[in-house]
Amino acid sequence: MENPTTSKVVLLACGSFNPITNMHLRMFELARDHLEDTGQYSVIKGIISPVGDAYKKKGLIEASHRVEMARLATESSEWITVDSWESQQSDWVETSKVIRHHYEELLAREHNRDDVDTVKYTKKRRIEENYIASSVHHRKRDGPQLMLLCGADVLESFGIPNLWKQEDIAEIVGRYGLVCVTRSGSDPHKFINQSDDLWKYRKNIHVVHEWVTNDISATHVRRALRRGRSVRYLLPESVVRYVQEHSLYSAESEQKNADVVLAPFQKYSDASTSG
Amino acid sequence: MENPTTSKVVLLACGSFNPITNMHLRMFELARDHLEDTGQYSVIKGIISPVGDAYKKKGLIEASHRVEMARLATESSEWITVDSWESQQSDWVETSKVIRHHYEELLAREHNRDDVDTVKYTKKRRIEENYIASSLSPLSLCSDGPQLMLLCGADVLESFGIPNLWKQEDIAEIVGRYGLVCVTRSGSDPHKFINQSDDLWKYRKNIHVVHEWVTNDISATHVRRALRRGRSVRYLLPESVVRYVQEHSLYSAESEQKNADVVLAPFQKYSDASTKTES
Repeated sequence: MENPTTSKVVLLACGSFNPITNMHLRMFELARDHLEDTGQYSVIKGIISPVGDAYKKKGLIEASHRVEMARLATESSEWITVDSWESQQSDWVETSKVIRHHYEELLAREHNRDDVDTVKYTKKRRIEENYIASSVHHRKRDGPQLMLLCGADVLESFGIPNLWKQEDIAEIVGRYGLVCVTRSGSDPHKFINQSDDLWKYRKNIHVVHEWVTNDISATHVRRALRRGRSVRYLLPESVVRYVQEHSLYSAESEQKNADVVLAPFQKYSDASTSG
Repeated sequence: MENPTTSKVVLLACGSFNPITNMHLRMFELARDHLEDTGQYSVIKGIISPVGDAYKKKGLIEASHRVEMARLATESSEWITVDSWESQQSDWVETSKVIRHHYEELLAREHNRDDVDTVKYTKKRRIEENYIASSLSPLSLCSDGPQLMLLCGADVLESFGIPNLWKQEDIAEIVGRYGLVCVTRSGSDPHKFINQSDDLWKYRKNIHVVHEWVTNDISATHVRRALRRGRSVRYLLPESVVRYVQEHSLYSAESEQKNADVVLAPFQKYSDASTKTES
């Protein structure tokens, strides 16, 4: 539903996707419906970016599997895609860096659409200047926007000490934008209200209410698989098959990284001690 | 996972399936896992039986569509099937009758497995005698015979308490003779409800309560609402069903008004009956 008065939006979801579930996919659909419903946006693409193994989350299985399952899950979607850049990095990458990477790719693709070199060069320089100039404003109106898509739990994780850098939070909500899909039982508006940083950029935070309680958490899915229970109809068929064929998710896989510190905590506490 | 010491079970789910959703399908999977986990049962088949149009529920679209969507949804399942017998009846059929119909079909199929006529005749007669004799004992009478259990959500169990929706003798037959597998949604407490009803309490051993460990409350009502508003229902229904709904433009504000001013069939039937007995 693209028309010249709407801003083009790309939705980026970062996370473990361990494994991807129908709930993750619903999140994209809900976000797109919500944004387009305002009449201001046109959602042109969705990107799933599974986190790298270096994140060291307990029970996180190999990125290669998680990326492949996400690919199978989105095969039949005309707009949701999977990107493995983040998962291929040897160190853990902060979400703000992942966003920046994808935004730059997005701009580059826009540039390549221009026919004439001089126009391209001029436009590219203009965009770069705008990019630098509008440090905490929205980017150009006719340029595409990249927004981070997440659940209310991610928004609320902004409050966990040492998990995020304050300047990263400011950049994500200030420069890019956040689409937050609520689960019943959480109140994003209250959380936004209680944080000065978030309150300042509340216009860039789009809260989407999940009208159907569809709380298919990957944690529950892994638990069911460990116990030999069926997970059919909670994940796309192709993903259920993949999990079975590769015997993923056992009591053993759930103990991975059990005694290891999560990468952000490691990184940010190292930083504070070396300071 | 069939072994000679387990009872064979067929699960039958009656309902509107208006439309069928991933939640309905999950219900079967959860029920099977639960029963087989006890080590006493082997679930050999699931049957989805969409209600007929004569049920007159508000917003109920044509049975032909509902049956077809259920077929598409179960195409890839090795054990869940769809049966259109109930939907093809011109009058509304009570659930107890639907169960009886399917149980008779089940027995007939079992008989046809027997090789020798005399053995078949003897077994058939024995089963019939047992059926008549054990008026309200569970049909694990022939413990080598398959059982048919009604599969439902907690809302159906609790609907047993709504006046004029069910006949008391039907409830007794369903839980007494056949058995119930009830999948709970968070927010409802089947055990409490069972406890508060003498009929249900009597047959509590035949009522299997399955706790839904994942809140997967994809109600068909919500799905229809989303469709009316042009919202996406992808990943709430099987892909083939989403496509079918789109191709046939099912579920609009108009379709939701169907039967808006009509009395639900059971209420019509049971209040007719009660007014007749007065004369």
